[in-house]
Amino acid sequence: MSHNHKHSAPLPETVLRVKSLESLLVEKGLVDSAALDQLVDRYENRVGPRNGAAVVARAWTDAAYRDRLLADGTAAIAEMGYTGAQGEHIIAVENTDRVHNVVVCTLCSCYPWPVLGLPPVWYKSAPYRSRVVREPRAVLAEFGTVLPEDVEVRVWDSTAETRYLVIPKRPDGTEGMSAAELAELVNRDSMIGTRLASNVQEGEAA
Amino acid sequence: MSSNDTLAENLDLPRDDGGPVFEEPWQAQAFALTVKLNEQGCFSWSEWADIFGAEIARATKAGRGCGNEDYYLCWLAALERIIEEKNILTRDQLLARKEAWRHAGEHTEHGQPIVLGDGPGGH
Repeated sequence: MSHNHKHSAPLPETVLRVKSLESLLVEKGLVDSAALDQLVDRYENRVGPRNGAAVVARAWTDAAYRDRLLADGTAAIAEMGYTGAQGEHIIAVENTDRVHNVVVCTLCSCYPWPVLGLPPVWYKSAPYRSRVVREPRAVLAEFGTVLPEDVEVRVWDSTAETRYLVIPKRPDGTEGMSAAELAELVNRDSMIGTRLASNVQEGEAA
Repeated sequence: MSSNDTLAENLDLPRDDGGPVFEEPWQAQAFALTVKLNEQGCFSWSEWADIFGAEIARATKAGRGCGNEDYYLCWLAALERIIEEKNILTRDQLLARKEAWRHAGEHTEHGQPIVLGDGPGGH
């Protein structure tokens, strides 16, 4: 096929808007294109829930670390080398036989980036943001998480200043497993509180 | 219950299997620009969250509050707004530059990188 027309498909409006912002901000010296690419790469490839899983697995296996994590989440997480934007004030909340914690940002999508990466699409959605506060058990059930009646469900609303990391309950039958093995059981949603940590069989399947 | 909630009530929770963080490059770029401007001290994250949250509330009210695309459209609108409110760039600058990029896009051979030339608003 030989054609000689000059026009490519028109650039979408969103692309034009972002290109305009970027080129003007680069000219003003406020941002640098290479640094923008690095940042995107970081969030696409390096910062993600594996960081949080390592934190949780350590808390499960190291009582002193767990205490530090509950006392000062940000510092204990920084100890493991996980720092950066939106991690300035992270509070760790622990699930027990009596209490189950679940996290939302009702305003927008505040989320502990250094340990979980960027939020999943459902976390950002209007139905999750509005419903989990009012009917947490119903929302949890949609995620397949059904809790005993006597477990208290606490919903934490994140803000621009305060982010939450849920420490899920350590699954039964994992005595003797190493922190690295346990980290495989800590799925992303369990650190938001919508699911439980995977059991050993699920962990092997993943 | 606000009308906001009623609308949201009728939407299903979107599912997500740990897919890509960004669906399209413009979403990643808008994200990165915001984080960098915050790092530069152009605005605080609380200021950002207020403006971004207001965009999300507006979109939710209009029945658009449910996917990555909607989410990043809100993000982009909030970014343009905070940049204007903080006097970092003017609306006119943004509009002129957008037309320059549109012109450049229309006058670039398919497969060639699009660069700003001497067209309207170019430099």
